[in-house]
Amino acid sequence: MSDIQNLKKIASQVRRDIVRMVHAQNSGHPGGSLGCTEFLTTLYFEIMNHDSNFDMDGKNQDLFFLSNGHLSALWYSVLARSGYFALSELSTFRMISSRLQGHPTPKEGLPGIRMASGSLGQGLSVACGAALTKKLNKESTTVFTLHGDGELQEGQIWEAAMFAAHHKIDNLIATVDYNGQQIDGPVDKIMSLGNLRAKWESFGWQVLEMNGNDMEDVVKTLNHAKSITGKGKPIAILMKTQMGMGVDFMMGSHKWHGVAPNDEQLENALNQLEETLGDY
Amino acid sequence: MKKFDYKDKKDTRSGFGAGLYELGKKNDNVVALCADLTGSLKMNQFADEFPERFIQCGIAEANMIGTAAGLTIGGKIPFAGTFANFATGRVYDQIRQSVAYSEKNVKICASHAGITLGEDGATHQIMEDIGLMKMLPGMVVINPCDYNQTKAATIAIADYEGPVYLRFGRPNVPNFTPEDQKFKIGEAVLLNEGTDVTIFATGHLVWKAIEAAEILEQKGISSEIINIHTIKPLDEKAVLASVAKTKAVVTAEEHMMNGGLGDSIAQLLGRKLPTPIEMVAVDDKFGESGKPEELLTKYGIDTENIVSAVETVLKRK
Repeated sequence: MSDIQNLKKIASQVRRDIVRMVHAQNSGHPGGSLGCTEFLTTLYFEIMNHDSNFDMDGKNQDLFFLSNGHLSALWYSVLARSGYFALSELSTFRMISSRLQGHPTPKEGLPGIRMASGSLGQGLSVACGAALTKKLNKESTTVFTLHGDGELQEGQIWEAAMFAAHHKIDNLIATVDYNGQQIDGPVDKIMSLGNLRAKWESFGWQVLEMNGNDMEDVVKTLNHAKSITGKGKPIAILMKTQMGMGVDFMMGSHKWHGVAPNDEQLENALNQLEETLGDY
Repeated sequence: MKKFDYKDKKDTRSGFGAGLYELGKKNDNVVALCADLTGSLKMNQFADEFPERFIQCGIAEANMIGTAAGLTIGGKIPFAGTFANFATGRVYDQIRQSVAYSEKNVKICASHAGITLGEDGATHQIMEDIGLMKMLPGMVVINPCDYNQTKAATIAIADYEGPVYLRFGRPNVPNFTPEDQKFKIGEAVLLNEGTDVTIFATGHLVWKAIEAAEILEQKGISSEIINIHTIKPLDEKAVLASVAKTKAVVTAEEHMMNGGLGDSIAQLLGRKLPTPIEMVAVDDKFGESGKPEELLTKYGIDTENIVSAVETVLKRK
């Protein structure tokens, strides 16, 4: 089986995990999680050098920070499927006394999580700091982040964008989930972002674009992004996705941002997603 | 009463700068961040000697706090410095999520705290910062009283693993604590033994408490003076032991009454040893421009206010 086929297989299972987790507690954010499944699957199974035998410092490893923490179901599934913790723990998502909090935190000791997120706009700053430490420690590793497009309305993102370019943090790859949706509706209607490519470029970033739901494009673009690290500029990837990708009735609408499927909708969703690696 | 003396007056921010420079020499993992106030924070020596470990953040405090949190991943010990107002209120959510909740080893170094910042006025005179910081689970809150103690505290917090809020100020104040002191986080310092009342003071008000105790001695009142340099964790044992003896309490601080040192002491005593207490603190007011000494007087947090608070509390004994 080709790498692409294998990644698609993992992604299908991750999507099943997401809708099952959100359904089980009748709580969570399926839309963005489903939209970014190809991206995070590729990052953990193809791109990053990382060790599922987790340690907080992550020296000589690539690091990932989820800045839009509400995509926690996606991240937890990918971490569990990568061997960071037992798959069975996914069944505790958002439940009392669980390490799988509604939004990710290192507080409960869940392997794979280095920073809390959920309050938006903070992850790029954190990634800048972690990337600077890697430079001070003379590592040639890369720090990755994921952000929502709506999240870019937070001013701190642009503080960090300016900072990263000024300090030539070129071991940093920030990806924007450019699905055009936020809680109250389409981004263009709520608070339009203007020319996003021009914005990042004018801040001094190298900008790439990809179709986040095309596995081949994701693999190719992330590999390319990694190959152009160390050239004096931080790298931004504008990743076009469809919210709710893979489940037809959730696709392309902000309505499934933070809503769980009912029993019937779950069954419908699971019928569209092949069980490839075994449900948790 | 014990005699207190000092050779010179110095600013506590310079104690921070000197401590940071010492740390730079002995610990390669110490890094410093500043948001365009390097001179005001006295961080120049560190920045000049260790440029690769000094990170200029510009006027962007939120990003500075997040960056500091990220720097800890991989073993750095970041000291992030700016004015107290911009180090707390402006970036509360960044500190809450990326530092405190994430349990990161960040040292938030806040200068120009309180009303003695002076002429810049209320926009810069934060007197809510102790309250804001002590509310955060796991946050250590330290407010040393003079140059020597601020230097010692700066050096000591590098050896403590976890988030710390270190508060200091702008004016020159008597530098009376020992140069070679060992700073122990969470350990109250008994400055003078007394029998009638305990004065718990923090920061710049510690010297004012000494002055007040000298005046009270002339009136035949014996004051125990305790320097609470660490407001959280509070040295409960030392507080309770002293209050059990004196049975009357005055607190003194350059901070709002809500959320300050007095509030922490009253909470402890209310639970464990109800005792008459008076608080010398700012009562729900913003500050204004003026000379530091004029402001301390106008806002009721000067030596005379401590004296009259003691006289009041003794009547309630």
